[in-house]
Amino acid sequence: MSATASLHRRQSRLAYAMIAPAALLILLIYIGPMISVVLASATDYSLISDYWEWVGLDNYRQMFADAQFGNALRNTAIYAAVFLPCAFVIPLTLAISIQNRKQFRSLFEILYFMPVTSTLTAMALVWSALMDSRQGILNQWLSTIGIGPVNFLGSPEAVLFSLAGISLWAIIGFNMVLFMAGLTAIPRSLYDAAKIDGADHPVDEFLRVTWPALAPTSVFVAVTSSITAFKLFDTVAVLTQGQPDHASEVFLYLTFLEGFEYFNMGYAAALSVFFLGVIFVFALIQTLLADRTAH
Amino acid sequence: MTDMIIPPPAVGLRRLRAAFKDLTLGRVCLTIVLLLGACLMVFPFVWMLSSSLKPTSEVFDADFRFWPRTFAGVQNYYDVLVTQPYLRYLLNSLIVCCGILAVQLITAVPAAYALAKLKFRGSTIFLGTVIACLTVPINVTSIPIYLGLVKMGLLDTYFSMMFPFFVSVFAIFLFRQFFHSYPDSIIEAARVDGFTEIEIVLRLILPAVVPAAAAFSVFSFVAHWNDLYWPLIVVQSQEKMTATLSMMQYRSTFDINYGRTFAAATIVTLPMMLVFLFARRAFVRGITMSGIKG
Repeated sequence: MSATASLHRRQSRLAYAMIAPAALLILLIYIGPMISVVLASATDYSLISDYWEWVGLDNYRQMFADAQFGNALRNTAIYAAVFLPCAFVIPLTLAISIQNRKQFRSLFEILYFMPVTSTLTAMALVWSALMDSRQGILNQWLSTIGIGPVNFLGSPEAVLFSLAGISLWAIIGFNMVLFMAGLTAIPRSLYDAAKIDGADHPVDEFLRVTWPALAPTSVFVAVTSSITAFKLFDTVAVLTQGQPDHASEVFLYLTFLEGFEYFNMGYAAALSVFFLGVIFVFALIQTLLADRTAH
Repeated sequence: MTDMIIPPPAVGLRRLRAAFKDLTLGRVCLTIVLLLGACLMVFPFVWMLSSSLKPTSEVFDADFRFWPRTFAGVQNYYDVLVTQPYLRYLLNSLIVCCGILAVQLITAVPAAYALAKLKFRGSTIFLGTVIACLTVPINVTSIPIYLGLVKMGLLDTYFSMMFPFFVSVFAIFLFRQFFHSYPDSIIEAARVDGFTEIEIVLRLILPAVVPAAAAFSVFSFVAHWNDLYWPLIVVQSQEKMTATLSMMQYRSTFDINYGRTFAAATIVTLPMMLVFLFARRAFVRGITMSGIKG
């Protein structure tokens, strides 16, 4: 037996030993539960009774007929429509403004990034106090310019906007740091070349150099922010519990309610499968766009 | 001593003049806007800290002032830390985060090394599985995992709070990229010198992975400290309540004592803020590393 063959055999035996714990856990935490959730979505299992039977696609049929499901999707979409453009444009503007300055750069970085590190569940309580309809400081500020009082978290019209505002506060620093990392990676020579070609105005420079070179970062920020928007949960759970009148009942919160409050496990499993489908679509979009922007 | 720090007048003057040349109206306006924005970002923290020092009657005063008229800070924090079980909650969070992190590192580092540097059958399938799992959030797998824990009677234990996070596919992927760029020639040379594979991992690879592991640790710790979703599902008793979960006690109806409420909020948020201020570089690296995730 040659020495290399025995080395290979020893290597692969060692390799299996090294991946074994991780592989076992992936099986238990990812693969098994994913198969189970698909199977469970075809049953009427609920934690309350041990008796259950196969119901085929009934849960999915129920889902698309369910007014609550439609409502949750609509709420999530409205929330995302407010949240996403701001979560993209504001951090990009900030990153470009802060990137090249000598004074205050790290100060701005620290201050804008602080909300990212904080515990959103705790800060949500602070926001609800700031947004209080009667005594909140935001309404005091608004009343000084003659707008008056907004029931930020208590009115069906305002609640999704208010939640979007809180999420925005929490994500701006995060996306800004990602954009700054992207900007740092753009070689100086591209700007010099553009200058020779006659791009001296900052807007010109942005359109010709920054925007194309930043494309991979932009795709990443857009996709991760979309997934974050779709996963909105913490602030809803602490502040509104889907109220008033289901106006803030977003998709993940509905899934949580069905599964862990009402224990309709079969139906909640179907919602989870739908959720997984949406996430996969986002991942697919990212892969496709990443391939395109890489060229 | 002081003369050495002060630059010669000519240089100082030149610098001052250069600084003023950059000082156009546009730049000043931009700086002011940026500062205002920064104030807005920080204001909730200032308000929280300030309210945690106030008696209930002052929290919603019409004119906001940072320093309270009647200082109630000592009382508020005493109530939270001594009368209420907040030390217990903080300890629970600490136990859960440390437990998760330890197991994540122990399982991810060897698996990542094997993927990057050892040849074995099935490595492509394993890597493919890891990458596919990157996109799967806990929210999708929570129902079966919860049911499994119920069947085994393990709800409301530290184990149930940590279990779904024992393997981090993100860590495996990250460390694999990291090991991949580690030069093969060094490993070959060590093999020729008679190092066993285990010795190579312990003496060469582990020291090299420390910076990446540190950044990942911060990332993992913060993520699980701030997690609300999973503790909300598996924790049932006060004894196992985490700091973040404890905030749910105040949902919709505040503690009648506002000052105390925000002292509790401050205590829950403070650890991650301190981590951030003292380990800013690792923190930002840890967060931007998620740039690979997705």
